[in-house]
Amino acid sequence: MKRLVDFGRWLRGGLLRRGRAVDIIPQARMSGPMPWVIAIMVAMTAIALAAGLALGNAVSSARAEIEGGVTVQIIEPRADIRAAQAARAVKAMKSMPGIAGLRLVPQEELDALIEPWLGTGIAAATGAAIPVPALIDVRLKGPATPAQLAAISKRVMPAAPSARIDAQSNWLRPVFDAMVSLQWLAIALVALLAMALAAAVLLAARSALGANRDTIEIVHLLGGTDAQVARVFQRSIGYDAAGGGTVGLALALVVILSLARRFSGLGAGLVDNGALIWSDWLLLAVVPILATLLAMLTARLTVLHALRRML
Amino acid sequence: MTADGEIIHFDNVGLRYSTEREVLSDLTFTLFPGRFYFLTGASGAGKTSLLRLLYLAQRPSRGAIRMFGTDAITLPRARLPALRRRIGVVFQDFRLVEHLSAFDNVALPLRVAGHQERDLAGPVRDILEWVGLADRIDARPATLSGGEQQRVAIARAVIARPAMLVADEPTGNVDPDMAMKLMRLFEMLNRQGTTVVVATHDLDLLRKVPESLIMRLDRGRLSDPTGALRYPPRKLT
Repeated sequence: MKRLVDFGRWLRGGLLRRGRAVDIIPQARMSGPMPWVIAIMVAMTAIALAAGLALGNAVSSARAEIEGGVTVQIIEPRADIRAAQAARAVKAMKSMPGIAGLRLVPQEELDALIEPWLGTGIAAATGAAIPVPALIDVRLKGPATPAQLAAISKRVMPAAPSARIDAQSNWLRPVFDAMVSLQWLAIALVALLAMALAAAVLLAARSALGANRDTIEIVHLLGGTDAQVARVFQRSIGYDAAGGGTVGLALALVVILSLARRFSGLGAGLVDNGALIWSDWLLLAVVPILATLLAMLTARLTVLHALRRML
Repeated sequence: MTADGEIIHFDNVGLRYSTEREVLSDLTFTLFPGRFYFLTGASGAGKTSLLRLLYLAQRPSRGAIRMFGTDAITLPRARLPALRRRIGVVFQDFRLVEHLSAFDNVALPLRVAGHQERDLAGPVRDILEWVGLADRIDARPATLSGGEQQRVAIARAVIARPAMLVADEPTGNVDPDMAMKLMRLFEMLNRQGTTVVVATHDLDLLRKVPESLIMRLDRGRLSDPTGALRYPPRKLT
């Protein structure tokens, strides 16, 4: 397996202040597949994090868009009565406080909504138009609270008894809930991957400790401290994690951008629709740094803990 | 160091590995600064175990040990390195770090003590030259003969000018000339104030250092625990 970077200098400086470096523990014993394991972990973490962020952004964006939206439907089969009630409802709501705007959806738009399924010219062909409910799209100044809906209902129902009033956010609540669940799943995945990374580092550090036990004992007997020994492992794993993390992030970015392109083709892309904003990209860039810090901390604690059992 | 000048004091020390019988029993003795001690005894008498207690590789199963005025039994782990840096050790099996050169092996005690790299080269080259290894400075232990490895181990033990030098059969793998030369090095360090403890079963070696004091181990016990060993041990006659 070709190495990601020149790991020949991994363990240098465990005991050093400056100048010439020496590896008190053979570097090959700490290397092996560790950078690749970390690369995979970081890639998966970054992808999971990007998915979580994208879902979060999508939910926030959609919520902001429909939060203050209320739909008033006039469900009346007779067209003339439906039209009259719709007009009265619009008039009743116009003077209400808390309403930013409202619009009676034109019949052409309603016809266009059902056109993909039923085609055009239904009235001409059957002699009767399909009684699609009249729709009034209401924008509130704030979110559609139950109190707001009750106030609208109180004002509209006397004028339009066939009206049905719904907050738009109610329709999409199950979708939002599912998206939030997915977001939590992504967060859980990130946490699990972080734990898996720590576990992998722990095992690697223990294995390296075992392989270098004699050397460590010599260093101890020459007056070396636990911190000096731990620093060697910490730096080694730091180089592994930094190299592996960089490659992992690069892989993740390829995957994320590729997915973004595909989603943008659907008109709901991760990137093109602004699902990932600059702070999200910054957060993704921090993943390998956090992974490196986590790996170094895990290695340090593992080594220090193990050394406490040595004299 | 205590007021009466002792450097090491063992009080009724015993050592057992796991549940076996004690390999060292009832050791009570005092080592004084600037003395040259030989530790003798047959194979299996416990010389190496006693040395391991002396260079803090092992805690005893019972008893009390004071080293440089400090209770070595209750000493927290964090303070052990500072105490160990005052002790130079020549291991019986050399215990050189295999992937380091002769230079780096010898420089190791100075590096762990935090010496600057620029201050290392001179002393390390000097000591390697003194033990006759100036031309093997970059050699790895695997490429050195047994005698050369032993000389590197000795150079590593003395490079940091320890207060006490502990050597386990230090001349076992060198020719008589080099053995003599090494003993002269130990004597020189001793004259400069280093307490030297050399474990050996080579009686000729004992005679090469007339000022030396003898500690004899027999089946884990000092053979004269109530006499000379409580005080400066008897001189070789």
